[in-house]
Amino acid sequence: MFQIRVHGRGGQGVVTATEMLSVAAFEEGRHAQAFPSFGSERTGAPVVAFCRIDDKELRVREPIMQPDALIIQDPTLLHQINVFAGLQQDGYVLLNTHQTFEALGLGDILQNHRAERFCTLPATELGLKHVGRPIPNVPLIAGFAALSGMFKLESVIKAINEKFSGKVAAGNIAAAQEAYELVKKEMEERIHA
Amino acid sequence: MSFQPVKFYQTGTYTVGNRLLAPDERSVQAGELRSNSINSGHRACQGCGEALGARYAIDAAMAESNGQLISVNATGCLEVFSTPYPESSWQVAWIHSLFGNAPAVATGVAAAMKVKGRSDVRVVAQGGDGGTTDIGFGCLSGMFERNDDVLYICYDNEAYMNTGVQRSSATPPAARTATTMPVGNEPGNVFGQGKNVPEIAMAHGIPYVATATVADLRDLEYKVRKAMKIRGARYIQIFVPCPLGWGTASHDTIRMARLAKESGMFPVFEAEHGEVTGVLKIRKQVPVEEYLQPQKRFAHLFGKHAHPEMIARLQAIADRNIRKYGLLEQGDN
Amino acid sequence: MLKQTEGSKAVAEAVALCRPEVICAYPISPQTHIVEALGEMVKAGELQNCEFINVESEFAAMSVAIGSSAAGARSYTATASQGLLFMVEAVYNASGLGLPIVMTVANRAIGAPINIWNDHSDSISQRDSGWMQLFAETNQEAVDLHIQAFKLAEELSMPVMVCMDGFILTHAFERVDIPTQEQVDAFLPPYEPRQVLDPADPISIGAMVGPEAFMEVKYLAHAKQLQALELIPQYAAEFKEKFGRDSGGLVRSYRIEDAETIVVAMGSVLGTIKDVVDDLRAQGHKIGVLGIISFRPFPMEQAREALQHCKRFVVVEKHLAVGLGGVLTTTLRMAVAGLKLTGYTAIAGLGGRPIPKASLQDLFLKAEAESLEAITFVDLDWDVVNKQLEREKQNRHSGPIAENILHAKGMTTSAKFG
Repeated sequence: MFQIRVHGRGGQGVVTATEMLSVAAFEEGRHAQAFPSFGSERTGAPVVAFCRIDDKELRVREPIMQPDALIIQDPTLLHQINVFAGLQQDGYVLLNTHQTFEALGLGDILQNHRAERFCTLPATELGLKHVGRPIPNVPLIAGFAALSGMFKLESVIKAINEKFSGKVAAGNIAAAQEAYELVKKEMEERIHA
Repeated sequence: MSFQPVKFYQTGTYTVGNRLLAPDERSVQAGELRSNSINSGHRACQGCGEALGARYAIDAAMAESNGQLISVNATGCLEVFSTPYPESSWQVAWIHSLFGNAPAVATGVAAAMKVKGRSDVRVVAQGGDGGTTDIGFGCLSGMFERNDDVLYICYDNEAYMNTGVQRSSATPPAARTATTMPVGNEPGNVFGQGKNVPEIAMAHGIPYVATATVADLRDLEYKVRKAMKIRGARYIQIFVPCPLGWGTASHDTIRMARLAKESGMFPVFEAEHGEVTGVLKIRKQVPVEEYLQPQKRFAHLFGKHAHPEMIARLQAIADRNIRKYGLLEQGDN
Repeated sequence: MLKQTEGSKAVAEAVALCRPEVICAYPISPQTHIVEALGEMVKAGELQNCEFINVESEFAAMSVAIGSSAAGARSYTATASQGLLFMVEAVYNASGLGLPIVMTVANRAIGAPINIWNDHSDSISQRDSGWMQLFAETNQEAVDLHIQAFKLAEELSMPVMVCMDGFILTHAFERVDIPTQEQVDAFLPPYEPRQVLDPADPISIGAMVGPEAFMEVKYLAHAKQLQALELIPQYAAEFKEKFGRDSGGLVRSYRIEDAETIVVAMGSVLGTIKDVVDDLRAQGHKIGVLGIISFRPFPMEQAREALQHCKRFVVVEKHLAVGLGGVLTTTLRMAVAGLKLTGYTAIAGLGGRPIPKASLQDLFLKAEAESLEAITFVDLDWDVVNKQLEREKQNRHSGPIAENILHAKGMTTSAKFG
């Protein structure tokens, strides 16, 4: 079982992000379960949503307390709540920022985990560029596919097409493609560095 | 078919006797083909205004809908005295659900008819003033707002009679009820701001709103028939004196209804889409005392410990109604 | 068709496949997505011959359904929590009149304190309303139970609540197989009412009934639920035959063959419990699970049969019968009367409190060791509770309990995520 926790703020498409993650996994024939942390949260409030992926039926209904991966949609949350709570030693982290982990004062966490599984992505900028809205969720999902290898970019695109249509879908697909390439490139650079 | 003349006398009223009219102008109730929707043998008190009003109203609705009618009834006197099983007086498809939900149940029936393509079947909901102006008010407003194809008829006898004459929001100021006893400085019901449900119905902009009394049964029939020609939410409030609750003689029901109208205490009018389109003028104005005095529920306003100031306030209410609705003929008064 | 979708959306699709003729909608979380989806389907013309009515309250929602059902239309609504309580008078009326309405209850706690999260307090408060109550374990089962519910309701002319955990199921995206229209049509015949408002054959429905007949009418409601005990397994079998999967039925057991400890529960928590049981089985513990699908009618015989060879049972209840303990435990004690069995009540998950595997495992092991109290409040913070009790002892003007508890919690626990 692989467990992903997504942190963000109301209005950033956090719940949609986990739903699309689950659809991407489903498209690859896996069982997936996505669920929000169920708040009546207003725009801007911290929001958490979860996604579980497995090769067999998922039965457990507890919230994800020891995630294998974190997707952090808003770096301002880092000062507000402990988003890293329970993160597995070998866990993945994808953070929406144009800065580095070190610049954000997260050097300690990097040291306790596998640094090659930590990645940043300027997802808000990608959302603005391709969709015209500062919604980082789709670039982050695509970036996460590149970071973790959990699923193919095509599956993410299928999930996008299921959620959106027309121009919005096209914009999101472009954003996903660029995000995927950016993360892929960063990963490769790290290997060669 | 040969027409059998029906002798139908109404003494002391201003209505024209049916025997003087051509058959096609005669009232529904005067016709042998009337549906007897609420049949004889029910358990209403002698002189019950509600039984009379319901009989005229539902028979008129039946006539107008060619017998294709479903009736929904709120809990209350009408429901209780016309049942119980298996002695139902209803010769019309009839359902009673709860005290406060008749408008919503009627919405459901109308929706079912619509979805089944039975546009010929019409829906009438009925309730007393408690079921309409108090506990069923939310559902009533909802039905109005959606403009559901329902005629709602409120039989207004100005208190909860079924439970033993308690005050409702339709109870007039100063009236004695079991919960507004004639004691203290201001005996009887309080002088509140009132709850004019016909006007609240008009504020919803529904196609048709009317008031009527059992003193003008021809007017009542006309309004029901008119309402049944219209689609959408419609509301008729019928003034139905209650001998038991008001402390009036059972033979005075019609007279009480007429005095309420003639004094201006109960304005009789009709309105379309929120605008008043017609009023039943006062034929011979009477002071409110004439209406109040025969009723035991107002007895504390008269006699040894009289409250003329309260009578004056009631007269002021009647006067305001007269001005507001233009109830007097030009040059009267 | 197999798809990855939201529970509410899946249920809406299932309800649409049942060809409802009147749908009443009033918004209350967490049920809203279901009626929203149905409203869209009606407007888009995907669901035809259906009136979708936005009403002004839950009381009106059930009342409109009463009217439409009595007039012969297949009628549906959905609600939760306060909404269910707001319509209670009409809920009893619908069953009293014998109207086969189907209603989804997206299970949610009842306030005060106001709380939008999941537990079973709402449905369980209506256990004696005369409605049948079926609890779904997964979204697939929620879909399937709705299809079975219409058939059951209409055969018996009695209403059915399909209960699914609010948020945990309604808002969860998971794999669901949505049947085809042909499949559903082959399983669910058109609604043929036992009584109907018809001007051509005018009857009175809902007149007063006195002491001479009231008990008989009420007994017949009970008799219908006894008939449902026969019909529910029959329909589940027919469903399996036509749709190819196990869904519904009265109870569902899991690894109880040689179990000494059996955990009993309803709804989605059964999934978590099964995972814990698998873990414990792997360690050699003789433990199994009994899921109750039909809470009304309650399958006394089947529950007794499942529990008769175990030594103890632990009931995980998402409801608190204040002043008593657990409703399900009390009922199960009736079912196993005369058997030498220890029964434990575990009140868990109230107001959406997560029910983690770790807490359940701890609970089950303690039960096995017979070191549990008769009633356990799973993951209750005794510290804040005792502080409040102490505060009330010390101070007459101790203030609102909920605020005090939250205040104490903020001071004693470090900020968690979310």
